[in-house]
Amino acid sequence: MKKQAKALVQHPTGIIGIILVLFWVSVAILAPMLAPPQDPDNAYMMVRHGFSSLPNPPNGQSPWGTTSGGYDIFYGIIWGSRTALVLGLVTVLATATIGALAGGVCAYYGGILDGVCMRIVDLFMGIPFLIAVIVMTTVWGKGMDKIILALIVFGWHRYARMMRSEVLVVKEQEFVLAAKNMGASPMGIFFRHVLPNALSPIIILMSINIGRMVLVAASLSFVGIGAEPGFADWGQMLNFSRNWISGIPGAPFYYWYTYAYASVAIFTFVLGWTLLGDALGTMYGKQEAY
Amino acid sequence: MAIFIFKRVIGIPVTLFILSLMIFSLVLFLSPSERVAVFVSSSDALQSASLEELIERYGLDQPFYVQYGNWVKELLRGNLGWSSSARMPISEALALRIPATIELLFAGQVILLFGGIYLGTLAAEKENRFTDHCIRLLTIVGGAIPEFLVGLFLLILFYVTFDLLPPGRLGMLSTDIVNAPAFVKYTGLHLVDSLLNGQPHVFMDAFSHLILPSMAYSLGGLAATVRLMRSSLLDNLSRGYVPTARLKGLSNRQVMTRHVRRNAMLPVITFMGMRIPVLLSGSVIVETIFNFPGMGMFIVTAAQGLDFPAIIAASLAVSVIIIISNLIVDILYTVLNPQIRLDISR
Repeated sequence: MKKQAKALVQHPTGIIGIILVLFWVSVAILAPMLAPPQDPDNAYMMVRHGFSSLPNPPNGQSPWGTTSGGYDIFYGIIWGSRTALVLGLVTVLATATIGALAGGVCAYYGGILDGVCMRIVDLFMGIPFLIAVIVMTTVWGKGMDKIILALIVFGWHRYARMMRSEVLVVKEQEFVLAAKNMGASPMGIFFRHVLPNALSPIIILMSINIGRMVLVAASLSFVGIGAEPGFADWGQMLNFSRNWISGIPGAPFYYWYTYAYASVAIFTFVLGWTLLGDALGTMYGKQEAY
Repeated sequence: MAIFIFKRVIGIPVTLFILSLMIFSLVLFLSPSERVAVFVSSSDALQSASLEELIERYGLDQPFYVQYGNWVKELLRGNLGWSSSARMPISEALALRIPATIELLFAGQVILLFGGIYLGTLAAEKENRFTDHCIRLLTIVGGAIPEFLVGLFLLILFYVTFDLLPPGRLGMLSTDIVNAPAFVKYTGLHLVDSLLNGQPHVFMDAFSHLILPSMAYSLGGLAATVRLMRSSLLDNLSRGYVPTARLKGLSNRQVMTRHVRRNAMLPVITFMGMRIPVLLSGSVIVETIFNFPGMGMFIVTAAQGLDFPAIIAASLAVSVIIIISNLIVDILYTVLNPQIRLDISR
């Protein structure tokens, strides 16, 4: 374990990944101190300085300026990190658990069960993820909880596929046969011997998928069908900036602050988790693209 | 090969049946009054009858399979309902939007294939040298940048700063030409129609409008095809047939282009097929950013306006696009793979 951690830190991209991830995790944890909410019960709603539809450049009141609608950009970025982290962790934990169990159990028992499972996984593979999530959230209604639910429904199959191919290899190994000969129950063997030995690619995929899930949620908010207006969410902040991208005649970057901070936030958050996953992959000796 | 294609085509109705069942079951989440909208074919039909009459007429108080049957019957007649967000029958809206998305999908796949082959070959030839490291860094960063950031960046760079490539699908001048009665719309694809109508300017205009969105939308996939092509080439270069071909007297270049690259391309083609749903998802973002009126933008407007019939019809249309483009990729794979080609002709 110590050796593995050392290998991870020595990996140049891994160290950048860890720094970025730790940075955003600490921002998310320290959010109430970095940007004290006006209304502690409703901390996720962005602080507003007036209701002007014009963005306001950085000033004493709002260090990074405000977007259209008077929303404080600094506040949105800080609390948006919490939204991103919570959404990423919840969806990834849920999809990984469902996917790993479904794929693992199907592969372990094999036969018809496996065949049916894989047909279902194939079907889900062919569904455009973002479009499916849009359709589900339209039918179910707006809100973060609905988005998370839709992300889980359409996101588990990658884990199922990966877990299946791992379990198919692990279940043929000597220690599993040994446990079988010693009279261990199939369920016991599965949970104690097969599952733990097939987990490493799942962990890599989870790291990469935290970024990916946050990206999909941000994309939804970006096109205006994600979080409710005013909710601290990076995608929504970019959505607010869409009308200001072209600046004013003669000064194309006049409203740079409306999109610059949110873009950097999303990019570094996703890059951090991707690099971490990439380094984990090298560490475990799995180089294929996820 | 004909047998293989025939086998693939037979499977399509089954897949379509399952998908249409899944899509129609979305209707169960809707209240009866929202469900009425799925069946109405024009805005007049909504005004002239009461809700009860409509529920009666479309059998919305009937069991699920009866409702599904009615829906399929209307579907086969080409009646997909009325879109309140596009303010026209959905079938007409789809006929306008689907070609735009297909143009984008095709442009994206071309970038994936040729960009992947070119950069992947370059990286494999310079393995572990400076060029290889640069390409590797580009693929990691390219894979992590979300489409909308790439899109916004390209828009700011090429439109706002340099005023080179504008958003939209066509310029004003070309739009007038395309909408004129003299312009025959054979396929709805501007790239094809403009050539058939002898309008090279419209072709160039449509092409220049495709560059930015297709770049924004294929960058993530390009990162993956480059990595795939590189590792697949390195793997093939270590195979036994390479020394054999060299012994036959072929030059390094000939071995690379005639044997190694053809074999190494196969995983890339498989990946392109798997990438179709991802690209279509990306079209939602990219079309919104570049104001490109395709299926992605149609779905977003429908979702914003809670236009359920449009959402359901669009889901079905997207499924059909995926099934057909997957078929094309499969056929391409058999054409390019000598093993499959020989197996089938035997």
